[in-house]
Amino acid sequence: MKMQGIDRKTFIWLFETMLKIRMVEEKIIELYPDQEIKCPVHLCIGQEAIAAGVCANLKKTDYVFSNHRGHGHYIANGGDLNEFMAELYGRVTGCSKGKGGSMHLADTKNGFMGSSAIVGGGIPIAVGAAMGSVMQEQKRISVVFFGDGATDEGTFNESLNFAALKKLPVVFVCENNFYATNSPASARQALDNIYKKGLPYGIPGIKIDGNDVGEVFEAARVAVERAKNNKGPSLLECRTYRWKGHVGPDCDFETGCRPRGELDRWLKKCPIERFRKSILKEGILSIRDIGDIKESLGREIEKAVSFAKSSSFPKKEGLLEDVY
Amino acid sequence: MPWTKVYPDRTEFENARKESGKPLRGLTYREAIKEAFTQILEEDSRVFLIGEGIDDAGGVFGTTKDLHKRFGRSRIIDIPIAENATTGIAIGAAITGMRPVFIHMRMDFLPMSMDQIINHAAKWSYMFGGTVKIPLTIRSIIGRGWGSASQHSQSLQALFMHVPGLRVAMPATPYDVKGLLISSVKENTPVIFIEHRWLYEHVGYVPEDMYTVPFGKGVVRRIGRDVTLVGISYMMFESLKAQEVLQKHGVSVEVIDLRTLTPLDEDLILESVKKTGRLVVADTGWSNCGVAAEIVSRVSEKAFKYLKSPAARIGLPESHTPASSALEKEFYPDYKDIVDVISKKVKE
Ligand SMILES: Cc1ncc(C[n+]2csc(CCOP(=O)(O)OP(=O)(O)O)c2C)c(N)n1
Repeated sequence: MKMQGIDRKTFIWLFETMLKIRMVEEKIIELYPDQEIKCPVHLCIGQEAIAAGVCANLKKTDYVFSNHRGHGHYIANGGDLNEFMAELYGRVTGCSKGKGGSMHLADTKNGFMGSSAIVGGGIPIAVGAAMGSVMQEQKRISVVFFGDGATDEGTFNESLNFAALKKLPVVFVCENNFYATNSPASARQALDNIYKKGLPYGIPGIKIDGNDVGEVFEAARVAVERAKNNKGPSLLECRTYRWKGHVGPDCDFETGCRPRGELDRWLKKCPIERFRKSILKEGILSIRDIGDIKESLGREIEKAVSFAKSSSFPKKEGLLEDVY
Repeated sequence: MPWTKVYPDRTEFENARKESGKPLRGLTYREAIKEAFTQILEEDSRVFLIGEGIDDAGGVFGTTKDLHKRFGRSRIIDIPIAENATTGIAIGAAITGMRPVFIHMRMDFLPMSMDQIINHAAKWSYMFGGTVKIPLTIRSIIGRGWGSASQHSQSLQALFMHVPGLRVAMPATPYDVKGLLISSVKENTPVIFIEHRWLYEHVGYVPEDMYTVPFGKGVVRRIGRDVTLVGISYMMFESLKAQEVLQKHGVSVEVIDLRTLTPLDEDLILESVKKTGRLVVADTGWSNCGVAAEIVSRVSEKAFKYLKSPAARIGLPESHTPASSALEKEFYPDYKDIVDVISKKVKE
């Protein structure tokens, strides 16, 4: 586990953030059968280290774009948990006023400018935001999270070229969980080389263990520095695994979507458990401290659920609002 | 004829079967699609299916499930998430004489392929004086409900109707989905084939043998005298429900199912309107510049003097699909809206 150069405060923030994402997702699994969350949910359990490791390097003003699997990105970027839950519950107090649901989170106060459910859809928009920032001399960098499936798309390849051409401050973060819905990477990509896909354009790429938050943090730090110093875009390929099915709260190996053994191997690489061990070993937190963090996160999550459930649904008139 | 009948649920179908005493075989819409594929793949080695995840455990809501086991992965082809290029690749294969069926889990992914569909598939034959043919079927599915939200629920048939060179099919019954799918694959034109997920469980009469349903031929699903109601795709079933309600109130509704939008069975609509003097069109898409707009303008061009009241369109409001279930309810029209509109029309 890579941990050099991370200060204690960041250490704890990373741990808390990963745990928060995990616990929120577990809460969703618990609540989903009640059928009150009436939207598809794409859970990111198992992938928490990427969102946390990247966002730890960002300022509130930086731009972040996400995809259908965006819960972790929203939370790690400092999104309000009440508004998040309310959005899942379709309430007007939700971060997208109930219009978007789980796949369309936004939190503009923190630079989280939206999540597209069209694979690869957010990538060029992130590049455009970086260009807008440069044009206005704002020094806001732009980060976009996407899956390995999105690298198949034209938008990914076309965006890399443009970002490189204009040396834009963008960090492309690929969460390679080796599946797009149920299609394995080997059915979609001739070579296992996503991190190299920017090289022909002159974009440096790095392949990292996405379940090692220290490694993600360090790679993101370098990429963010490059962006800030006008050195142009970077591509991070973070290798990870989603524990649950593509969509919904269930596992999918029962239905034959993925081999059980593969999941079992990845469960052993749990990013949170690995980080917890290092934290205890380094003496940064005690078992008791960790228990306290869990408890307080648990309370915060319960509060968010109550907030969501007690909020009102959008009014009928809201249907036509914000259409232009 | 058994296939002009529609059975909104399985019980009705079973009752009809018992009453008729004839060996009517019932299949769901989903099963009918799979049967069409199985038969056409067997019959014609030029046919292949291509699309994201079509060989996975779910098999596009069951419609392609396990076909790869029978026909192999060289004919049931999973692809990268690259819709535009793959559409072009399918066009290329079609030009060489293959008969590809490109399958999209949702219609919302078709915009990714618009360049290849509109600028290439639709025009290729015309631009070369008809010397090249594109026997390509593009199948996609409309969703609705459960917070699908704006990018996972669109009904974009009107976009494709607008472009010459594309055929557009929107079958509502199991009989039609099988027959039209087979027609689409057999014909030498690009076809945009649109299904509605809410139809997948519907049961109806489906013959075992291979048969085709012609493009451009609609069907009268219910005969009536006071108003012509054209129901597109799933809205045909809402139209039937509305027809039943209205019948109880003494309003006689003629329900038309077009089955294909391009070509459009204009004669069937005109004939009906000449009889009833009223026209209402219920579509799954937006009203503005939509399918209903086209039908209404054709009727006003060709049968204006027969209209006793202004025609009406029932479709989506000028908004996107909201995720919240509370707003979703407001967004989608249903049979009650049709009943309201028609009740007013007959009094006008
Ligand atoms: C353009 C487009 N094509 C297809 C889909 C259907 N779809 C939704 S998610 C997904 C897989 C995405 O895989 P990946 O980008 O690797 O992200 P992951 O779900 O693995 O996190 C697909 C194919 C879509 N939403 N958009």
